[in-house]
Amino acid sequence: MSRAIVPEAIARQPWGVLLPLIALVGFGSAVLYSAAGGHWRPWALTHALRFAMFLVMALVIARVPRDLFKWAAYPGYVGILGLLMLVEMIGAIGGGSQRWLNLGFMTLQPSELMKPVIVLVLARFFDTLPPALTASWRGLLPAAGMIAIPAVLVILQPDLGTALAICFGGVVVVFLAGLPLRWFLGAGLAAAIAAPIAFFALLHDYQRNRVLTFLDPESDPLGTGYHITQSKIAIGSGGLFGKGFGQGSQSHLEYLPEAHTDFVFATMSEEWGMLGGLFVLLVFALIFRWGLTVAQDSRDRFSQLLAAGMTTTIFFYVAINLMMVMGLAPVVGIPLPFVSHGGSSMMTNMICIGTIMAVSRWQRGSGGLS
Amino acid sequence: MDRDARHVSSGTLKNSFDRRSFFIGAMQGGVGVLLAARMAWIAVAEGEKYKLQSESNRVNLSLIPPRRGWLLDRNNIPLASNKTDFRVDIVPDRLVDRAGTVSLLGKLLDFDAFEMQELSEKLEKANGYQPIEAASGLDWDRFAAVSVRLPDLPGVIAQRGFSRFYPTGPAVGHLIGYVGPASAEDYEKDKNPLLVTPGYKVGKDGLEKQFEAELRGTPGARRSEVTASGKLVRELEMREDVQGKAVKLTIDAGLQDYAARRIGLESASVVVIDCLTGGILSLISMPSFDPNNFVGGIGRLQWKMLNEDDHIPLLNKATRGLYPPGSTMKPMASLALQLQGVSPDERITCPGGYRLGSRFFRCDAVHGSVDMRSAIEHSCNTYFWAMSHRVGYDAIAPVAKLLGLGQKFDLPISNQRIGTIPDAAWKMKRYNQEWSASDSLNASIGQGYVSVSPLQLAVMTARMASGKNLQPELLFGQRPRLGPALPFTPEQLAVAHDGMFAVVNGSGTGARSRIDIGGVKMAGKTGTAQVRAMISRGSVADWKGRDHALFICYAPTDAPRYAMSVVVEHGTFGARAAAPIAKDVLTYLFDPAQAWDTLLALEKGWGGTPQQRMTAKYSSFVARSGGTAPSSPVPSESASASPSATPPATPPASPAPAPKAAPPPSPAASPISAAQGAPATSPTPSPSASPLP
Repeated sequence: MSRAIVPEAIARQPWGVLLPLIALVGFGSAVLYSAAGGHWRPWALTHALRFAMFLVMALVIARVPRDLFKWAAYPGYVGILGLLMLVEMIGAIGGGSQRWLNLGFMTLQPSELMKPVIVLVLARFFDTLPPALTASWRGLLPAAGMIAIPAVLVILQPDLGTALAICFGGVVVVFLAGLPLRWFLGAGLAAAIAAPIAFFALLHDYQRNRVLTFLDPESDPLGTGYHITQSKIAIGSGGLFGKGFGQGSQSHLEYLPEAHTDFVFATMSEEWGMLGGLFVLLVFALIFRWGLTVAQDSRDRFSQLLAAGMTTTIFFYVAINLMMVMGLAPVVGIPLPFVSHGGSSMMTNMICIGTIMAVSRWQRGSGGLS
Repeated sequence: MDRDARHVSSGTLKNSFDRRSFFIGAMQGGVGVLLAARMAWIAVAEGEKYKLQSESNRVNLSLIPPRRGWLLDRNNIPLASNKTDFRVDIVPDRLVDRAGTVSLLGKLLDFDAFEMQELSEKLEKANGYQPIEAASGLDWDRFAAVSVRLPDLPGVIAQRGFSRFYPTGPAVGHLIGYVGPASAEDYEKDKNPLLVTPGYKVGKDGLEKQFEAELRGTPGARRSEVTASGKLVRELEMREDVQGKAVKLTIDAGLQDYAARRIGLESASVVVIDCLTGGILSLISMPSFDPNNFVGGIGRLQWKMLNEDDHIPLLNKATRGLYPPGSTMKPMASLALQLQGVSPDERITCPGGYRLGSRFFRCDAVHGSVDMRSAIEHSCNTYFWAMSHRVGYDAIAPVAKLLGLGQKFDLPISNQRIGTIPDAAWKMKRYNQEWSASDSLNASIGQGYVSVSPLQLAVMTARMASGKNLQPELLFGQRPRLGPALPFTPEQLAVAHDGMFAVVNGSGTGARSRIDIGGVKMAGKTGTAQVRAMISRGSVADWKGRDHALFICYAPTDAPRYAMSVVVEHGTFGARAAAPIAKDVLTYLFDPAQAWDTLLALEKGWGGTPQQRMTAKYSSFVARSGGTAPSSPVPSESASASPSATPPATPPASPAPAPKAAPPPSPAASPISAAQGAPATSPTPSPSASPLP
C-alpha cells in the first residue's frame, strides 16, 4: 500500500487495520449472538467488550517506543519462561497438568504470551547479530535454543497446538532473518523423517487419535471424527448464501461441538454461507497484507522481523483453525482470531496487532510517544 | 542467493528479507486461495449432500406403527383385532445401567422373580437396535408409575399403542397364527425402519404371515426437531397411520370356537367345508396355543410347556398331520369301482376275511352277503379287497387324487403336507420294489402306504357330497372355484351317499351319532387307522399306541351343505371318538342352543374352557419347574419361535401306517390281540400282512 494515496491526516491512524478488525469482531459478535440462540449473553457481549478492552491495550502498545521494545525483549522472554516453568512445577506438585496461573482477578496462560514474545526476542537477537554471523552456527544455535526451550515446556503441558504456534512464529522470524536456505531445506527433510517417529513415540494417545481421525473422519463418525464431520456438514449445508441469521440448525441443536470457540467458523458458514466465509477470508487477507506491508516498509531489521513475525503468528492461528474446520488439518484446539469467543487468544492476537501498529508508528514518526 | 555466507552484509540481508517476506506473503495468499477453494468445494459442489445430512441431523422421523388390519369371519366377526394397550419397551443399546434399569423397572411393574428372570434373558438375547418388549397390556397405574420415572430409565420407552387381540384365543391359533416383533433376519431382508419401531409386530405364522402385505398398513410418522442429545425442540408435522386392510375369511367364528372347544381333551382336528362354495368354515387343530400369549413374545416356560406336550399343540394337524384314512376311503373306493364297471348291486360273501394266495386278510366280522351299499354301511373290508383285487388298485388311486387326497390346495396356508396316495410307480421310486397285490389290498382300505391330511379328507367329503369338483377357499367373497367336472353319474354318487347315509342312520358303524334336527340328517363314514402293526386294536393303555379315530360326514343328506372331517389322534375307534364330535359340531350348525348345552356339560367334566385349562396347566407347570426352568432349547421370542418349525418333522412320505407322532414301539404296550377285537370299523393288516393262521 503506497502511503502517497492515503491522505496524511487519516494515515496517521492505522485505519487500514482498525476498520477490518472492527468489521471482523462485529461480525464475530453477530455469529456469537446467534449461536447463543439470539442472546447477547453469554458470548457476544463479552466478545465485543473484550475486544474494546484489548483494543485500548493495543493502542497503548502502539505508542511504546522502539527502544523500550528492544530493552524489554530479553527480560520479557526470560520472565515468561519462568512463568512456564512455574506452571510446570505447580502441575507437577498438584499431580496433573496445568496450563494457567491463577492471578486472582484472572487466569493467565503463559504459553499464550510466549507466542508474541518469541517473535520479539528473536527479532531482537537477529537485530543485534552481526550480519556476517547470520550464516554461521552462531546465528542458528541460540535462535534454535530460544525456540526449543519454550516449545518443549509447552509440549509437556501438553499443548501441541500452542507449541506448534510458538515454533512456527519463531521459525518464520529465523527464515526472514536471512539464514541460509539450505538449512531450512535440510530441516524440512529432517522433519519429514522425524514426523512419523514423533507420531508414534512422542504424541499422546488422544493426539494420535486426532491425527488418525483427521486422515479418515468417517472411520469413527460418532467418536473423534464427529467434530470434523459435523463441521463439514455445517459448512456444506450453508451453501452459497447460508441458512440465514439465527437459522443454523447444526449449531443451535448442538450437533456442532465447540460452536462458539474452535468451530465458530462453521457456525458462521452455516448461517452466512460461502459469502460469509469469503468475507472473513478477505478481512484476514487485508490484515495480513497490512502487517506484511508494515514489515516491508520498515527500514530497520528489528522492525521488519517484529512486524512480519507478529503477522505470521496471527496467520498461523487463522490458517490452522480454518484448515481444521474444513477438514484439511487435524483437530487441534486453536481458535479463530477475533471471531472465536475466548479471552486468551484475543489478548495474544491484540498484542500482535498492537506491536505491528507500533512498528507502523516508528516508520512514520520519530519512533517515540507523539 | 544466501549461499555465500562469508560475505553477508546488512544489504544482502535486506534483500533477502524482501524476497522472503514476499514468499511468506505469497504463501499466505496461497493458503487463502486453498481455503476458499476448499470452502467452495464443501459448500457448493458437495452442498446438497451436506444439506441432506444436516436435515437428517435436525429432523428425527419417528414412525407410528400402523394399526394392523383385522381378520374377519364370514359374518364380520373379528378373529383378530387390535386393542389399545399401554406398553413399555426397552432399547438395549440405549441402556446405561442394564442391571439397575431392569431391577427398577421390575419393581415399578410389580414383576415377580420369574418375570424378572424372563426379562433379563430376553435382554441378553436382544440385538442392540431392536427394541424388546418389557411389558404390554399394562393397566394405567403401572404404566403411569413407569412414565414418571422415565428420566431415571434411559433406554426405556413407555407408550400407548395397539396390540393384537385374538378374541377366541386357542381356537384360531393354528389358522390365524400370531404376530411378534420382527426378527433380525426380517430386518436384514427388508431394511424397513418400521420393523424396528417399538411396538411394531409382523405376522409370524399362519394367515397373519400369509397376508402380511395386506394387513400391515401404512405407518404414520412424527417429524420432530431434536438436539444432538435427543431433546425434543418442537414437533414439525404428524401423519396419521393408515390401518391395514381387513381380510375377510370364509371361517365361521362361532363354529370355529365351538368345534375347538368340543374337541375337549383330545388331540384332534376338525375341518368343515361349505359344500356350495368350497369355503372353509372351520379349520381346527387342538390342543393349540393361545396366540395372545405370543403377541408380546412368549415366555420361556410357556414355550417349554408347549414343546413338551405329547399332544403337540404347536403343530397344525389339520394341514400338517398325516394319517392313514382307514375306512373313510370306502365311499371314495365305491365310486372308483363303479367307474370300472362294478355293479353296485353285485354281492360278495364275507366269510370274515379274504384269501390272497397263501395269506388271509382278516375282516372285522363275518358280514355274510354284502353289496356295495351295505359294504360301506358295515365297513366290510372283504368286499373292497375282493373288488379292488379285481379292478386293480391303479384304478382307485386316480379317483382318490381326483377327490383331493394327496393333493395340495391353492390356499393361503403354508406348509400343507401332501401325504401319499401310493401306486406302483411311487413304490418303485421310493422303495425300489414291485407293487404287490397285498399293497393293493391295504391301500384300498386306506392303510399301508396311504396317508392323508384332515383337510384333504374334508375336501374329499365335500366333493363326494356335492358331486362338484370344489376347490377349498379361505377368502370370503371369491367366486366358487370348480375344477374339471367329476366323472361320476348321479346314480354312482347316490350309491356312495346311500352307503354313508346308512352308516349313521341305518344299522352301520356310526349309528350312535345320528342326528335329526327338524329333518336334517347326517351321512358319514367312520374310520379307524392303525398306529402300530398288529399289536393295538382299539383301546390300549398306552395313549400313543392307540389307533387314530376318523370320521367324515356331510349334512343335510338331501341337499348337502356342510362337509366335515374329524380326526382324533389315538382316539381308538372312529365311531367312539370322532363321530360324536362331528355330531355335536353339525348340531351347532343347525341348532346352536342344543349344541351348547351338550358342550357346557362336557366342559364341566374337562375342567373348563380351553383357556381355563391352559392357564391351570401353565400354573402347575410353573410350580413344578420351581421357576427355574433350564435355559437350554428356548428360542428367543422374536427370532425363531415359529411353532411350525420346531416340532419333530416327519419324512415327507411316510410309508408306515403309523402317523407322524408315533413313538418307537414300547415293550409296555398292551398285548391285547388286535384280531379279536370286535370294533365297528375296520382294523386291517399292516403292510406285512399276517400269514395264514
